[in-house]
Amino acid sequence: MASDADDFVIGVHGLVTRFGAQTIHDGIDLAVRRGEVLGIVGGSGTGKSVLLRTIIGLQRPAAGSVEVLGRDILRVDDAERRELDQRFGVLFQDGALFSSLSVAQNIEVPLREHFPVPEPLMAEIAATKIAIVGLPDDAGPKFPAQLSGGMRKRAGLARALALDPEIVFLDEPTSGLDPIAAAEFDRLIGDLKASLGLTVVMATHDLDSLFAICDRVAVLVDKKLRVGTLAQHLRDPHPWIQAYFHGPRGRAALASEQLPPAADPASAARLDPAVSS
Amino acid sequence: MPPSATFLASADSEALVFRAEGDWLLATAAELDRRLRALDLPNGRQVTLDLAGIGRLDTAGAWLLKRTDKELAARGNAVALANVRANLAPLLDQVWTHGAGTPLPHPVPAHHCLSGFVARIGEVTLRLMRRVYSMIGFGGRVAVTFAELLRHPRRLRLPALIGQMEQAGVDAMPIVGLLSFLIGIVFAYQGADQLRRFGAEIYTVNLLGIAILRELGVLLTAIIIAGRSGSAFTAQIGTMQVNEEIDALRTLGLDPVEVLVVPRVLGLALTLPLLVIYADFMGLLGGCLMSWASLGILIPTFLDQLRSAIGEWTFWVGVIKAPFFAVIIGLVGCYEGFNVARSADSVGRLTTQSVVEAIFIVICADAAFSILFTLLRI
Repeated sequence: MASDADDFVIGVHGLVTRFGAQTIHDGIDLAVRRGEVLGIVGGSGTGKSVLLRTIIGLQRPAAGSVEVLGRDILRVDDAERRELDQRFGVLFQDGALFSSLSVAQNIEVPLREHFPVPEPLMAEIAATKIAIVGLPDDAGPKFPAQLSGGMRKRAGLARALALDPEIVFLDEPTSGLDPIAAAEFDRLIGDLKASLGLTVVMATHDLDSLFAICDRVAVLVDKKLRVGTLAQHLRDPHPWIQAYFHGPRGRAALASEQLPPAADPASAARLDPAVSS
Repeated sequence: MPPSATFLASADSEALVFRAEGDWLLATAAELDRRLRALDLPNGRQVTLDLAGIGRLDTAGAWLLKRTDKELAARGNAVALANVRANLAPLLDQVWTHGAGTPLPHPVPAHHCLSGFVARIGEVTLRLMRRVYSMIGFGGRVAVTFAELLRHPRRLRLPALIGQMEQAGVDAMPIVGLLSFLIGIVFAYQGADQLRRFGAEIYTVNLLGIAILRELGVLLTAIIIAGRSGSAFTAQIGTMQVNEEIDALRTLGLDPVEVLVVPRVLGLALTLPLLVIYADFMGLLGGCLMSWASLGILIPTFLDQLRSAIGEWTFWVGVIKAPFFAVIIGLVGCYEGFNVARSADSVGRLTTQSVVEAIFIVICADAAFSILFTLLRI
């Protein structure tokens, strides 16, 4: 593998998205490196999910180009698209599990479609995925309606990982989870990234996830994308970004990540040039 | 690196060495699986899994290694991994700690043998009885709510009621009218064809009048409305159930039966008789035109004959059934809607079920009405 720094797996250039007269994205550029975890944040309605859907190819932009794993996603033919589908996985917001199939069958859907292996092995692979995402063994025969929200997300992740993709897209993976489950989910994604060499692109509202597992963060403000490390964003003077990262929740997440356990507000403020000035 | 994977067992004094080579990937898993299963595994030996030759590895490949390890260990072998490259270690670690996952069998439906078949009949019967019981309960609840609304008529939701009447009634007029008209034509044609042999063409009018007014008009309309409105009720209430809207209503202190069921059932009960009258008219119109076209019966003659054919009750026998059918369709539609579990799948299943059930009960009720009217000599 070449040097990690310039091995880009996703490239977005000059992306413009419009719904009717409303412009959602106005010239977005984004490059995602292999093996990194990129968080996409932004206020409600700024088009985080739309951006994800555009990169995946579910939504056509008004202008711009999207390149995933070296292919122009807007111009791939069916065969290339099929090949590409095997190389990335998507976790939709509420799992989007097929409700008429059990969890194990859900995971087997992409296997059956792309790599039909013998039935017993298929069941074993599904069981392995179920175990890897931290679901109990007996989750396999259960139907999505019988699972809790957190388990549905894990099952959705297992299906997204069914073909051992190079990239996974996560749409608000920790929303609706309790803090413990959310932290576990963060840890799970971190583990999987390490063991499977995944590149992760996630839209999220969860500041704890951002601080815990994201290598870089892309912020959607003013219809543009500002990409950088957390440290860079913390210094960004843009009022929305300031409010986002330095609001009470942002400071709490920051404190729990970077400070010794008994952090007092004064030391948090020292870390935070905008507040202390 | 060779594109496929190979697997060598070399006996080296006491210890056995398994060499895994090539790419252990999902794409090669089927082939690997076949080879691994064909292998004659040793018992109680010292075995080393040598991974030096492995190229690429994914979860499926790691699982196959883990499975081999497990199977060897189960035969009393002492298994050790050797030559694990650093970049493979995290994945192997992951699968080794978590990958003991055993697939659990899906519950197999038990009605494949005779005893299963009998058990299934019993199961279905019991389920049916429970359904009938709870459906009657639901009808009772709606009746109680309705009685309360009669005492406090202001709580009746007039806009909702009128909206339902428009959707179930006015919007259904084109399809009900067209189908009744066509049935009138078909009936007149078939009747004329048979009765002509006896020179009794004029009795086509009697046949038409009695069949359409007593039975066909109301039954046809009820079936169309069961398909149109009954299914819509189930789908609407079912979707609200999936979105937790019904629970939201409850927590806001609103009674879902009062808000959702009463306007629908009442709206249908008020509009179905009107639709039946309209269907009767369209059916007779179709029959009248067909009689004129194929038998040369002029319209005044048709009307005279019709007047002499039908008794004073003929028309009412049809129309009087309409509100009962409407209540059946409305209640079944709403009841099934409330039965929806929290999945899109169940909305579809119960919608189908509600239409089939409504039509079934409507036809049963029609038969009961026939017996009743016979006893009353109407």
